[in-house]
Amino acid sequence: MSDQKSLDIKVLGDSAIIIKLGEGIHPSIHQQVKNLSYLLDEYPFDGFIESVPAYNSLAVYYSPYLVYQSMNGFQIDGTPIEKVTDYINQLAIQISDLPVTEGRVVEIPVLYGGEFGPDLEIVAETHGMSVEEVITIHTTPEYLVYMIGFAPGFPFLGGLDERIATPRKLTPRTSIPPGSVGIAGKQTGVYPLETPGGWQIIGRTPTDLFVPDMSPPSLLQSGDKIKFCPMTQEEYDEQKKVMTCQ
Amino acid sequence: MSVNVLNAGLLTTVQDIGRTGSQKFGVLVSGAMDSYSMRIANLLVGNDEREGILEITLFGTTLQFEEDTLIAITGGDLQTTVDGIPVANWRPLIVKKGSILKFGFAIEGCRAYLAIAGGIDVSVVMDSKSTYMVAGIGGFNGRALQQNDQLSFGPLTESNAKVFALIEREGTPDWAVPHHPLISLASTQTIRMIEGTEYQHFDEASKQRLVSEPYVVTPQSNRMGLRLEGQALSLTEKLELLSEGVTFGTVQIPPNGKPIILMADRQTAGGYPKIGQVITADLGSLSQVKPNAKLYFQLITHAQAERELIAKEELIKQIKIGIQHKLHY
Repeated sequence: MSDQKSLDIKVLGDSAIIIKLGEGIHPSIHQQVKNLSYLLDEYPFDGFIESVPAYNSLAVYYSPYLVYQSMNGFQIDGTPIEKVTDYINQLAIQISDLPVTEGRVVEIPVLYGGEFGPDLEIVAETHGMSVEEVITIHTTPEYLVYMIGFAPGFPFLGGLDERIATPRKLTPRTSIPPGSVGIAGKQTGVYPLETPGGWQIIGRTPTDLFVPDMSPPSLLQSGDKIKFCPMTQEEYDEQKKVMTCQ
Repeated sequence: MSVNVLNAGLLTTVQDIGRTGSQKFGVLVSGAMDSYSMRIANLLVGNDEREGILEITLFGTTLQFEEDTLIAITGGDLQTTVDGIPVANWRPLIVKKGSILKFGFAIEGCRAYLAIAGGIDVSVVMDSKSTYMVAGIGGFNGRALQQNDQLSFGPLTESNAKVFALIEREGTPDWAVPHHPLISLASTQTIRMIEGTEYQHFDEASKQRLVSEPYVVTPQSNRMGLRLEGQALSLTEKLELLSEGVTFGTVQIPPNGKPIILMADRQTAGGYPKIGQVITADLGSLSQVKPNAKLYFQLITHAQAERELIAKEELIKQIKIGIQHKLHY
């Protein structure tokens, strides 16, 4: 156990740290992020507030004062940050022992094109393909949810096929309706709330991604996978809030 | 029991200690900008220190009370009056039925905090009463107060009732909690920070400028972030960063080189290089700076930052005991 490598821990001020678990965007690194987040939720230390997964790092927020109190003041050697990093390094020893978990696959039905997907044809033209081909390529992969951020419930996804990667619009729209599905460079995602934005909007889902009264409030979580599937206007009208693809 | 909003002012919102635990779902923390003032205001009326309060920004809110109400005002000095007569901050007082409480223009600091005995009766969303304006949830209908809103209070607890009876019997106390050890309301401030996660990637000249040149708070600043004007800061070479966690007080440098300090309504993640991190102990003072205020930064060590934070929490513990002793609750 003594040859266990310490984690790469950066301080984010006096009340938070960022634990880097690798470089770049890879599902295997993200699995480590997810495992550490899980371990901290299961075995929190005194003063732990919350952890927030990102692509290859986990931010851990805590109260140094509660850590200090749990140390019985400074009667135990060390400072709050030392206590926290020691604890997390010990906890992380178990990280590789955790089974590789397959996240949930959440199906998100999308009405592609038309008034709900005003940029679908632009994406097709950009790549010299038909809109049907764009839809097929967009609905084929399972996309990994790396993190939720930017807006409540907004998923940062990996796995967009490069054949339909399309630059952002030169002039962002001032308002994009909730449920809009878009492409921006090599990213794809869904806007949970109305917001301005420069993404190429190719469709819209009736599925709610963020419902404040739900627990948790976000449909998606870091580590989930999502699969888009096409739906018709009739299905869209009927299936508001239904999360399956029949 | 309730209060009527005669004039909303610039920006008045319900805030508490903040909405933690849901950042992983992209939900902002929000909460009072100057949580030290918020906590003391609550303690002065016998509330739990984390209870919801009103945060009044820069000027203008006017409220009329429907019943005799126990309140306390802390934070910046917004020249508060009750029925035209100036009232002092940092002590409990009773506002009589029908009286009008008016916040004027901030002469010191930027934000006042109004605690009401019993707390503000709004629904708790994801464990917090804080207003989350972007998502339109929390606080009073998810938004800032507007004219003609009617805000209700919670029932008085035993400690509220004790303070109420004491103030009713003996009047507004002749003492006040001194704010100087907790926050500074000065218009020019020295703010302490520790090195940010990308500090080493900035060039030497920029590191020097950061701690020697003043930075001015621009009017584009808000609860999300303070945008600063001053000497631009630059990296030794371009960095490609992936989004990762940020926090209250994170000093980011966007491509134009002008610092942005992330505040209570910050997004949960960011991708700009972080040159510094304001220490927690100075966040209350930082939250009280007005547009056009001048900031100087001072770098300290992480260990010092921890000691300052612990010292301030110990001080609040002392103040809390003092208040409870004086107010017999």
